[in-house]
Amino acid sequence: MDTYSLLREIADSWVLLAMFVFFALVVLWAFRPGSRKVHQDTANIPFRHEDKPAGDGDHPGAHLKEARQ
Amino acid sequence: MWDYLKLVIFGLIAVLAAIAASYARDLAYQVHAVLVMLIAAGMFIYSIRRVGAPKVATTGYMDDPVRIGVILTAFWGAVGFLVGTWIAFLLAFPDLNFAWAEGYMNFGRLRPLHTSAVIFAFGGTALITSSFYVVQRTSGARLWGGNLAWFVFWGYQIVILLAATGYLLGATQSKEYAEPEWYVDLWLTIVWVAYLLVFMGTLMKRKEPHIYVANWFYLSFIITIAMLHVVNNLAIPVSIFGSKSVQLFAGVQDAMTQWWYGHNAVGFFLTAGFLGMMYYFVPKQAERPVFSYKLSIIHFWALIFLYIWAGPHHLHYTALPDWASTLGMVFSIVLWMPSWGGMINGLMTLSGAWDKLRTDPVIRMMVVSIGFYGMSTFEGPMMSIRAVNSLSHYTDWTIGHVHSGALGWNGMITFGVLYFLVPKLWNRAGLYSLKLVSWHFWLATIGIVLYAASMWVTGIMEGLMWREVDAQGFLVNSFADTVGAKFPMYVVRGMGGVLFLTGALIMCYNLWMTVKRAPAAEAADAPVAAPAE
Repeated sequence: MDTYSLLREIADSWVLLAMFVFFALVVLWAFRPGSRKVHQDTANIPFRHEDKPAGDGDHPGAHLKEARQ
Repeated sequence: MWDYLKLVIFGLIAVLAAIAASYARDLAYQVHAVLVMLIAAGMFIYSIRRVGAPKVATTGYMDDPVRIGVILTAFWGAVGFLVGTWIAFLLAFPDLNFAWAEGYMNFGRLRPLHTSAVIFAFGGTALITSSFYVVQRTSGARLWGGNLAWFVFWGYQIVILLAATGYLLGATQSKEYAEPEWYVDLWLTIVWVAYLLVFMGTLMKRKEPHIYVANWFYLSFIITIAMLHVVNNLAIPVSIFGSKSVQLFAGVQDAMTQWWYGHNAVGFFLTAGFLGMMYYFVPKQAERPVFSYKLSIIHFWALIFLYIWAGPHHLHYTALPDWASTLGMVFSIVLWMPSWGGMINGLMTLSGAWDKLRTDPVIRMMVVSIGFYGMSTFEGPMMSIRAVNSLSHYTDWTIGHVHSGALGWNGMITFGVLYFLVPKLWNRAGLYSLKLVSWHFWLATIGIVLYAASMWVTGIMEGLMWREVDAQGFLVNSFADTVGAKFPMYVVRGMGGVLFLTGALIMCYNLWMTVKRAPAAEAADAPVAAPAE
């Protein structure tokens, strides 16, 4: 089989399947239990750090801890 | 050490460019070599005067490139619209081809100047500028790489300069939206890799646990454009001292590569990148988070997975195999859904705040831009259907479609972003005049309506005239008949352009006066952490 036909065969079988499965998993992952809280927090990112970078003491998720206290 | 190395690099570039200019085989190459020489020499002098200068403290956000980017976006917008309006009238009144400009200002030279000025100069500068602004705010971190951001910014402007001058002097590789010749392509590749580094670097030092969705769109735009650009511009220069190059692909492979590139330039440059803007600036202006973050995730992945396959719909009824053009058509139609998902997400961000439409012309502009996004992402899939395409292809309908997307979606959202950014960046309490924003809004909207409506009429008329046959099976109309019939619509189209351009000039005035005259915002960082007494 020439390279073109071989690659096409692979592309419209396994690669197609792999991409579709990946996409389906992404959608499922977005709807996983507990995602609502994470998404709410992420959606509010534009309303933090408007004027200056997060402080040096900050680390990823610092504001989450503050909120919990 | 770096200071001295920089001097060596600039000096070498200037000398090599001077040599290239003297060996140049054509005018465009020679002019470009001289331009590069002047820029490198200027940078050499600028750097030598700053050797050993004390380092400026680098705290806070890096907003200087954003400020200059805002100014240049407005400038390139005005230039691009002006050239577009001019060539619209050139088509209606061929007498505007003046003898003294023969060979330089014909439609064939000015058309790529117009498309590149609006897409790559206006749109590209807006994308780079807004992405620098957004990625810093949503990461809570300063831009990574220090002066690399400046390199990206000015490097991109040099691409625009070389492209624009090249078109007028006849250097083109004749690929739509990828006209610049091989050395400009190489330079853009370097600049783009640096852009990717700055963006990724900033994301990697972010203080937020999650990457905000706007950055996903920006990142996909940067990566995909890099891939498209490299593959579509594979070419071998005829001489290292000339601007001419020969494409690596030929025939239908070349056509398919070109439209794989061309449609994804629309998909990732004009759609994904600008959706990045939408997902940050619409929530900011509406002062509420995006309608559904889940929808934005699905929107992103669906758009990315589908867009890349849509290119073949540009090649219906050509040497391209049927299965390939059917594939392109099917994916284009499926693409309608994520596009409208994104539109709904943008529009519904205003739910509960619809009253702002009445009071805030900036949000009105953004909403209309999302409306046009929805409109043209419905029109596009429809036109990609083979039967519809047999009527619409090669007619002005296509041009109308492109402009309802470009003027309506890309133009209006960028205007909204500029109106948002200028008061923020220059620390102003608000815009100089909201009334002028309203004027801009209505002029631009009516201009687009005139443009799109006249192009629908003339495009469908032209398509029907081309296919009309008499009882004996002979074609009824000659090509010149269609040209004559289109005249009134061409004038209407030109008038639409005048309105749109006027609106943009009003915006430039308004932004200028905002910086000059508007009252300063209250000191934003008045003691943040004043101790409680």
